[in-house]
Amino acid sequence: MQRIGVFVCWCGSNIAGTVDVVKVAEALKSEPGVVHSANYQYMCSQAGQQLIKDAIKEHNLTGIVVCSCSPRMHEATFRKTAAAAGLNPYMVEIANIREQCSWIHKDMQEGTEKAIVLGRTAIAKVNLNAPLKPGESPVTKRALVIGGGIAGIQTALDIADAGFEVDIVEKKPTIGGKMAQLDKTFPTLDCAACILTPKMVDVAQHEKIRIFSYSEVEEVKGFVGNFDVKIRKKARYVKEDVCTGCGLCTEKCPMKKVPNDFNLGMDNKRAIYIPFAQAVPKIATIDADYCNMLKNGKCGVCAKVCTAKAIDYTQKDEFVEEKYGAIVAATGFNPISMDKFDEFAYSQSKDVITSLEFERLMNAAGPTAGKLLRPSDGVHPHKIVFVQCVGSRCASCAEKGKEYCSKICCMYTAKHAMLTRDKYPDTDVTVFYIDVRTPGKQFDEFYRRAAEEYGVHYIKGMVGKVSPEGNKLIVQGSDLIANKQLKIEADLVVLAAAIEPDKSARPLATMLTASMDTNDFFTEAHPKLRPVESPTAGIFLSGACQGPKDIPETVSQAGAAAAKVIGLLAKDKLTGNPCVAQSDELMCNGCSSCEKVCPYGAITYADKEFRGPNRTTLIRRVAQVNEAICQGCGCCTVACPSGAMDLKGFANKQIMAEVDAICK
Amino acid sequence: MQKITREVLIAKAEELLSNGTVSKVLGLKKGEFSYDQTPAVFTDIESMKKDFVFDDFSGANFSKYLIKETKKGEGKTLVFLKPCDTYSFNQLLTEHRFDREKVYVVGIACDGMVDIKKIKNAFGDGIVSVDATTDTLKVETLYDGVKEIAKAEVLAERCRNCKSKKHVAYDELIGEDGEVISSNRFDQVDELEKMTADERFAFWQNELSRCIRCNACRDVCPACTCEKCVFDNPNSGVQNKAAANSFEEQMFHIIRAFHVAGRCTDCGECSRVCPQQIPLHLLNRKFIKDINGFYGDYQAGEEVGNRAPLVNYTKEDLEPSEAVNKGDK
Repeated sequence: MQRIGVFVCWCGSNIAGTVDVVKVAEALKSEPGVVHSANYQYMCSQAGQQLIKDAIKEHNLTGIVVCSCSPRMHEATFRKTAAAAGLNPYMVEIANIREQCSWIHKDMQEGTEKAIVLGRTAIAKVNLNAPLKPGESPVTKRALVIGGGIAGIQTALDIADAGFEVDIVEKKPTIGGKMAQLDKTFPTLDCAACILTPKMVDVAQHEKIRIFSYSEVEEVKGFVGNFDVKIRKKARYVKEDVCTGCGLCTEKCPMKKVPNDFNLGMDNKRAIYIPFAQAVPKIATIDADYCNMLKNGKCGVCAKVCTAKAIDYTQKDEFVEEKYGAIVAATGFNPISMDKFDEFAYSQSKDVITSLEFERLMNAAGPTAGKLLRPSDGVHPHKIVFVQCVGSRCASCAEKGKEYCSKICCMYTAKHAMLTRDKYPDTDVTVFYIDVRTPGKQFDEFYRRAAEEYGVHYIKGMVGKVSPEGNKLIVQGSDLIANKQLKIEADLVVLAAAIEPDKSARPLATMLTASMDTNDFFTEAHPKLRPVESPTAGIFLSGACQGPKDIPETVSQAGAAAAKVIGLLAKDKLTGNPCVAQSDELMCNGCSSCEKVCPYGAITYADKEFRGPNRTTLIRRVAQVNEAICQGCGCCTVACPSGAMDLKGFANKQIMAEVDAICK
Repeated sequence: MQKITREVLIAKAEELLSNGTVSKVLGLKKGEFSYDQTPAVFTDIESMKKDFVFDDFSGANFSKYLIKETKKGEGKTLVFLKPCDTYSFNQLLTEHRFDREKVYVVGIACDGMVDIKKIKNAFGDGIVSVDATTDTLKVETLYDGVKEIAKAEVLAERCRNCKSKKHVAYDELIGEDGEVISSNRFDQVDELEKMTADERFAFWQNELSRCIRCNACRDVCPACTCEKCVFDNPNSGVQNKAAANSFEEQMFHIIRAFHVAGRCTDCGECSRVCPQQIPLHLLNRKFIKDINGFYGDYQAGEEVGNRAPLVNYTKEDLEPSEAVNKGDK
């Protein structure tokens, strides 16, 4: 029989305001196994902890229940307290009577009743607890960064500068991401390439960084400190170590009609291409969907002109397997598809474009060499309408767009408007907006300059319809301040499309067992206190994969994620979690269900001798858990048809006892 | 009638026993009545010639018997498997339940088996014998003399909805191998799904209230091969032997269906052996139908080593919330 002490915390008035803590302590005194029950204003304070330590010694306690805040807050505190008093730390259970009780109840009587039930539940569990001892596991001192945009680049550089090896996996043929496609950056208007490319070069030259470009993560196994990752290096049909990036092949390739995705399809590239001049690595890649040689074996021009003999039409996808201690997700974002926004005539007119397409039109390396020309006829537009919040803040049309604010659009639209007016003062610019949101250093000043100094017309209201008429676009919208409907004849319409996480994030999250929100942004371990960590240990978040972000924010978060990774990799050993699975060999029938579901590969099988009937010996195949690898996720306990697998510290029996205590 | 006769099987067994390929034969022998057959192990051909039976009542799936039989003694065990049995055979191999090397499988074509309970439903108890040598059965009853009934009318449910005439495992075949059949086996599940939750509850309450908890469904099920069944284990929290309360009605069969979900090959043995004629296969078919709907068509036991969707992960797997939403419809 356990000797259990119950400690009810007031948490000032946080708990005591809606829960009668004295009554709870009194009621729990008569629960089975309880020999001591007390209440105190702040259990987590030094005095509160001393109270627990004294009680453990005075009453010879074998287990304790602290009725307080969420175990995410102070479970570790009270485990240390118990350990300091000589009690096994896993004999401590927390009954969460704050987040799950006092904070959500208004009625004192209801709150008190529920707190008693929660306390009783924890007591029922402690009655079945057993002391546990954690093991240790080593740390592989290498990090993996998934995504080679500005977020991934910055994280990789910071980790590598601290002396740890870093691999970047980028699915495109070059690193650089979205920032490489931008023209100027707000609020300082420096050229994106001018500030990004030095960082790309730093990455390429860093002796601690390897770049796997045109590659994707195929499989992730293992756990914090010990991830095993399989990377697919997609066949680019060019030998990476031989290609000099001279670009001759990209000039001679006869296949000229390949949509150039770097310019968002607004011009063409060849079937063998280097995305842009400052690409890193600067290696040609063959687009197998368009290459005549790969499709029907006719051509071979690139191989003929390549002086380095780098072309290899027989190349296959290769797989690289590597061990990592930490993984950073930096998978970034994309503008949403405009398919569902027919009212803006995006699919009907070439002169309705997205803001990212506008970036390319303004960029010197873009399809128009930086001249602002209409995509339909190459004529300079004299009247441009910008529409903000296309698909953002779409609470009523969630199936079309996104409920959230995409955060960056107000600023880049102000930038686009300002740059247009600066370069082409003869062009009239109108911006339709719901609100203009400029919370950032120098942001509001920037927006006001656009509106006040550059004469951009800001109209509060949404555009209802864009209809092509001849070579004009008729924009119908409302001006909410003047309270009237407007009809504007425009030459070009630019849509500030909402941004969404890259499509690769969802399957990646499943591989990493990292959680996501309903919009497919990675969830952080705590929205305020642990913003760059995933709840899954060893997985970190960098950039827009965690939520919409501009460049300054992305770079800060990238550095923060790197700091967390460095903190992890600096350790030689990690203390494991003793709440691991164990198999009851007498029950196990060796069916392999547990092995199949184990995400960590912690389960193997051994043939063992058992006593059969009539003094015979039977040899049976039974499951063995490697405790150093097991993370205690509990998948095996659910999959086991025989109930042979159980989780230490969360045994089926303990959970059933908790359920019984609630239902009593 | 079965195109493959008892004599053909005995001849095959004689050949394999005499050339030393196998050391024993798993089969059926006559029980008290001709239709009521009992599993038996034959180690010599004489006893087999005397007692071995094979006819329209030889529906038993022998896969599960191999777990114990292969652990006894030296040499291989000969087993005759109908197409549907071979799925259970593969599923058991997938779960490492016996050593494939210790078994010699002769696949036999099957013309559908008769359900004696249906004959009894038609003519009452007191069936003395059934002559099944043609497709019109001659049933000798205790009180009403000889009656005739078409085999099609008393075909076992699982044979009426036969899902495959193709053997997925064998060492040799007798007769032609068939094809996988697109059956209407999910029609009844569709009907259950159309009911309201209350109607469905009432339906199952009615069916399961007949359960006498004889455990025959569990004991015969090739997916129930635990070392110790949860229902026999005092530590499991669901141990329960006698029908002391509504446990059978509300928990036993549901727990069992969950335990075999994703591993059940729909062999239909549970319903075959149920003395109370509870349509237990419908619980399993509901799971199979849902799994097919959620993860794409999957047939347990089709190949050895197949990873059932419930213990597998693919990037295309649907999210739990999607499963919940689809389940509502």
